Amino acid sequence: MLTFILKRALSTIPVMGVVALTVFLLLRLSPGDPASVIAGDYATAEQIAKIRTQLGLDQPIFIQFAHWLGDLMRGDLGVSIFSNLPVTTLIGQRIEPTLMLALTTIVFSVVVAVPLGVLAAWKAHTWVDRAVMVFAVVGFSVPVFVMGYFLIYGFALGLHWFPVQGYRSPFSEPGQFVSHITLPTLALSAIYIALIARITRASVLEVLEEDYIRTARAKGQAEIKVLLRHALGNAAVPIVTVIGLGVAFLIGGVVVTESVFNIPGLGRLVVDAILKRDYPIIQGLILFFSFLYIALNLVIDIAYTVLDPRIRY
Amino acid sequence: MTAPVLDVQGLTVRLPARADRVNAVENVSFAVTPGEIVCVVGESGSGKSVTAHAVMGLLPARQLTVAAGRILLEGDDLLTKTPAEMRHIRGARIGMIFQEPMTALNPVMRVGDQIAEVLDIHTKLSERERRQRVLDVMASVHLPEPERMIDVYPHQLSGGQRQRIMIAAALVLDPVLLIADEPTTALDVATQAQILKLMKELRERRNTGVLFITHDFGVVAEIAHRVVVMQHGRVVEQGATQDVLRRPRDEYTRTLIRAVPSLSPPARASVADAPVVLETKHLMMTYKAGGFFEKRREVKAANDVNLCVRRGEMLGVVGESGSGKSTVARCIARLIVPSDGAILIEGADVAKLGTRALRPHRKRVQIVFQDPYRSLNPRRSVGDAITEGPVNFGMNAGEAVARARNLMRLVGLDPDALARFPHQFSGGQRQRICIARALAMDPEILVADEPVSALDVSVQAQVLELIDDVRKRFNLAVLFITHDLRVAAQVCDRIVVMHKGEVVEEGTTAAVFAAPQHAYTKALFDSAPGRNFEFGKFDQE
Repeated sequence: MLTFILKRALSTIPVMGVVALTVFLLLRLSPGDPASVIAGDYATAEQIAKIRTQLGLDQPIFIQFAHWLGDLMRGDLGVSIFSNLPVTTLIGQRIEPTLMLALTTIVFSVVVAVPLGVLAAWKAHTWVDRAVMVFAVVGFSVPVFVMGYFLIYGFALGLHWFPVQGYRSPFSEPGQFVSHITLPTLALSAIYIALIARITRASVLEVLEEDYIRTARAKGQAEIKVLLRHALGNAAVPIVTVIGLGVAFLIGGVVVTESVFNIPGLGRLVVDAILKRDYPIIQGLILFFSFLYIALNLVIDIAYTVLDPRIRY
Repeated sequence: MTAPVLDVQGLTVRLPARADRVNAVENVSFAVTPGEIVCVVGESGSGKSVTAHAVMGLLPARQLTVAAGRILLEGDDLLTKTPAEMRHIRGARIGMIFQEPMTALNPVMRVGDQIAEVLDIHTKLSERERRQRVLDVMASVHLPEPERMIDVYPHQLSGGQRQRIMIAAALVLDPVLLIADEPTTALDVATQAQILKLMKELRERRNTGVLFITHDFGVVAEIAHRVVVMQHGRVVEQGATQDVLRRPRDEYTRTLIRAVPSLSPPARASVADAPVVLETKHLMMTYKAGGFFEKRREVKAANDVNLCVRRGEMLGVVGESGSGKSTVARCIARLIVPSDGAILIEGADVAKLGTRALRPHRKRVQIVFQDPYRSLNPRRSVGDAITEGPVNFGMNAGEAVARARNLMRLVGLDPDALARFPHQFSGGQRQRICIARALAMDPEILVADEPVSALDVSVQAQVLELIDDVRKRFNLAVLFITHDLRVAAQVCDRIVVMHKGEVVEEGTTAAVFAAPQHAYTKALFDSAPGRNFEFGKFDQE
């Protein structure tokens, strides 16, 4: 098992290399001279040349890549053009709210969606099932920002249960953290709850037809244990796949949610960087998210082998 | 006489509205005494499994409901129990094993835990006591190295071993009644013989009453004390095994027993002078497993297979699952590319031909598969299925349809049924359609891969007759793949016995059945259930 994890982890290295090369080329191969794009419309030739030297763009492309890769290995993602701060520092400052929001969203979604899905499968074709599925369709259909404003209107402006916007760190103000993170989490979770609940229902429903479910009942096993121990265990692989995909797509949702609730996270950093064409930040963020996805995939693959002993790569 | 463990009295189970009949089982009565094996025999749809599930209280809710009768377990009516009370009885006082050991075990749970689960539900043993009980019961069903095997997952075990795990789980609490629903149908003959032996032994040792559901009279002759014959949900006959098998009173029972193919081959006209149509020379099929980091493993699914089939000859390829017989069939039909060797069709080697070069040869070899429920596309009409091949090879549609109508008549179906879809036909009818589809290509070689294994005995006999009839009529060379020695004895001119990818014995059917030479062939014959019983030779009344 340990050797498997090690092997699987090692095999991500080539993937990371390809990602690094792609991100590097993205900027170099984009039409136009990045230096002049960065310098803006009113820059003089000297200014452009200065930026070019600053970015090392006057050197051969292989040397540029070698430098860039070397920096990358040391964890140096370059310096922001506008704020002159290292990209790693900027990401470091903004990472906590984003990770926290992603974490609460995923935990909340899974905790709510999986039991709902199992319940719907168990009570398939009854009103319970239909109610869950109607809820799922609604969750799918309402965009994150609509859901966000709706929640703010109802629970923050109307009932004054939660603050309208902002973020507090759980490490310094745990109580404030909970009240600030609740509405963004709810807004962002809706679609994932819908997605995971549907997949759980379909997956469990299929497994409930299997022979070993009948075997479990023939042993005199109680219905709840048949569901949780035998059905859910075997239905887990597709559910985990969807949760993994959900986390990957979450980044997009986080960007919108952070704007709606005015949370100073990576999403805002992305938006600001794109609007200002701050290439080092964009590059750094693409790399950061790519590596996050690769790590996530690794975790999912390992989860598969834990959940299903038949799966070996 | 001892009091029965199980006494089913006038059991009637209602089918949902709009089914093809009102009741799944109707007024069924029989009893099982301690230490007795009672076989319930019948074809598919006879209600034998419904009866077993009714006893277990496992009928699908809202679909099948008990309308009348009593099911007494040691005098206690199970039909009056609440679901919670039934859960205490299932697993503890009644154990059950199922047909498919491959799917009846939870694939993501260690087998030891699956046995221990029964103890977990019904007893308050400590962790250590539980493990010891599991090890003991695993040893008692003769699983090798229980200490090691207790922690493996089902996919790491063979079919026979999995069925032993199922039996261990069913018997760990010493139930008074064991229900076995076709427990050996999915197993090889050799494994089947071992499992039957085990069940006999356990019944003796523990004095368990056994309700054994089967469609196989060979198994009945081997294991049953008493037999209950069911048809269309009713019991048509019951009695002691010898009485029912030798002096059946009911006409349906007679038909069923007569349909069991005999192990002694009938005399057949020799085709030894006919020209050879199909020949394989040193045919090899090697599967390679292993990936990027792992060591490569090789499996020789077919190893140096040499066989030949003459015009008008039926060659039986006999072997257990994994023996390579289906691999050989697929190579010959060129559904897969053999690793090495030659496949000669009238002298032309097709073993390595590319897609384009192979095309003219495609129509010369046609194949009929095992499962007629899955080998026809459910969304295409039967007519489309039959005419597709000829039309692909340039026949005009009108001609192809005319031909399809003729073939439908030939295989004993209504030509006007061409517009219908596969689900509107029974299993036997579908297999006839598959045969018609194969014949539509006007092949020289017909490969039949277990063509009757999925069919009921009475239907089986008819389909076998049809295959033999088309062989004669079209002078076809037929490669007949089967695991069933009885079937092979009846229709094959010559037999090839395969074991672990190799041909271990070859000869005329008469010679091989009269005096098998190879040790494996002998073992195979010894495990055929009911081999000492001559079916269909009834005593005069």
